[in-house]
Amino acid sequence: MFEESALNARNKKIQLLWRTLFLVMTLLLILPVLVILGTLIAKGGSVISMEFLFTYPTDGMTAGGIFPALFGTVWLVSLALLISVPLGVAAAIYLSEYAGENWFSRLINLAIINLAGVPSIVHALFGVGAFVVFFGFGTSILAASLTLAIMTLPVVIVATKESLDAVPLAFREACWNMGATRWQTIRKVVLPNAISGILTGVILEVSRTTGETAPIMFTGAAFFLPFLPESVFDQTMAMSLHLFVVATQVPGVPDALPYGVALVLVSMVLIMNSISIGFRVYLRGQKKW
Amino acid sequence: MVTMATAQSIPESPASDSESTGASEPRRLSETTPAKLAVKDLTISYAGTPALSDVSLDVREHEIFGIIGPANAGKTSFLKCLNLMNTFTAGMEVEGQILFNGLDTHRLKNVYALRSRIGVVFPLPVGLPLTIYENVALSPRLRGVKNKADLDVVVERCLTRAALWDEVKDRLNSLGSLLSGGQQQRLTIARALSQEPELLMLDEFSIAVDPVTTMRIEEVLMELRSEMTIILVTNLVQQARRLADRTAFFLEGKCVEIGETGALFEGNVQDQRTSDYIEGKFG
Repeated sequence: MFEESALNARNKKIQLLWRTLFLVMTLLLILPVLVILGTLIAKGGSVISMEFLFTYPTDGMTAGGIFPALFGTVWLVSLALLISVPLGVAAAIYLSEYAGENWFSRLINLAIINLAGVPSIVHALFGVGAFVVFFGFGTSILAASLTLAIMTLPVVIVATKESLDAVPLAFREACWNMGATRWQTIRKVVLPNAISGILTGVILEVSRTTGETAPIMFTGAAFFLPFLPESVFDQTMAMSLHLFVVATQVPGVPDALPYGVALVLVSMVLIMNSISIGFRVYLRGQKKW
Repeated sequence: MVTMATAQSIPESPASDSESTGASEPRRLSETTPAKLAVKDLTISYAGTPALSDVSLDVREHEIFGIIGPANAGKTSFLKCLNLMNTFTAGMEVEGQILFNGLDTHRLKNVYALRSRIGVVFPLPVGLPLTIYENVALSPRLRGVKNKADLDVVVERCLTRAALWDEVKDRLNSLGSLLSGGQQQRLTIARALSQEPELLMLDEFSIAVDPVTTMRIEEVLMELRSEMTIILVTNLVQQARRLADRTAFFLEGKCVEIGETGALFEGNVQDQRTSDYIEGKFG
């Protein structure tokens, strides 16, 4: 009754073929990541030490550590977050919870998609025009962070909107039926269930901001500074620009140094991404409906 | 924030407290019982397509008012208008007059106070993704109750009345949305009761509930009648027969007939379609 016919056998063979193909494709995806990390660790691993992380560059940036750049990147990213997260989350809440489906909200959505598609060098030049010159912040951490914030705003908005939209409408309707206002509903039911998704989006934004070079190189990041910034109106060094500088702009840099800087930068991003993935796994475990 | 002060813009109906109605025997309703809800010439359309036209009916204080009819008859749309939830549906247009406690709801400034006085139970149970406790405590919290002891009292009373307390009293802090379907529906009812509603609207509540639970909820509803007015939309004709004092028959966007449930089921109808539907000849 259950003998295998010729057709069954053929189907099984085809199924195996496709399966193998998809597996190979998946493995190919991992390959670049492994190669990049492997190369960085092999060539730059030797320079990594506590001293490297926490001392200044010396000898015309051909030796010493990366502390000012590390410090500057943390500054830039934190300030950019401080600006873009409240702005982006508020905009997403408005679009997702208050704005109806009309020409106005469609226009805004279109603007957000276009903002996400603007190349980072254009953001950089916009930053120079708007923040450095027009607002008179000069080349400073503030101008650079504002530029980064505007560039990453669409990421925050889209991630927040998606996590808000993932909360079923039935929950909101149940709340409205009880006489809750829209804000009460958002506060008590929607936000608590969207917050993990929003945080995931924010962390992904951090990892992207960390690596950006173009938006900061004209607006606030410096080639070399022998001191740490003291306020948001000072310039600062940054990891991404520092990597560019030691890799291409300074003669006589030992081979291992740029690899070491790149390894630190990639590690920062990977750690951020791991936290984000961890959040998602936690989120799946906390499934509430 | 809906405060108690703003809620007073709707006058309390004189017979809304339970002492005025004998707790022992469900009293017979007479023509003179005041109207809790008066609907006049209600017409609903969705983006120009009519869903319900020219419905006029009164729901009396402390009665169970059944609404039966096949799918697409406009029953759910009708309920939606009563607590002004139509404002959340794009393209839904409502004409006509709805009087709640004699007040025109379309002229109300405080729609939140109106909604908080009307409990709603949906066809599919909606356990909010909060703990069981918070599901029931949410409405009191929205009204500004903060005292934990007060909330505890409300939670226990409402869960008990919804016939759910014994099953969940040891796990009030687990998620309400993870309860079984029948339990979630009783949780929804408990949540509606926590609003201390004057009017309870149930929209085909038994659709996702097992027969045993359905019977338990029906018993609960019979008890609740002494304290509130109930509108029961149901796709089970026999459920209307068991529970409703009066029943309206909706068909294809029209209210065909309203009558005493007993009379309707004895075949004492004005429109042949009503008895055809009741006897299961269509629908």
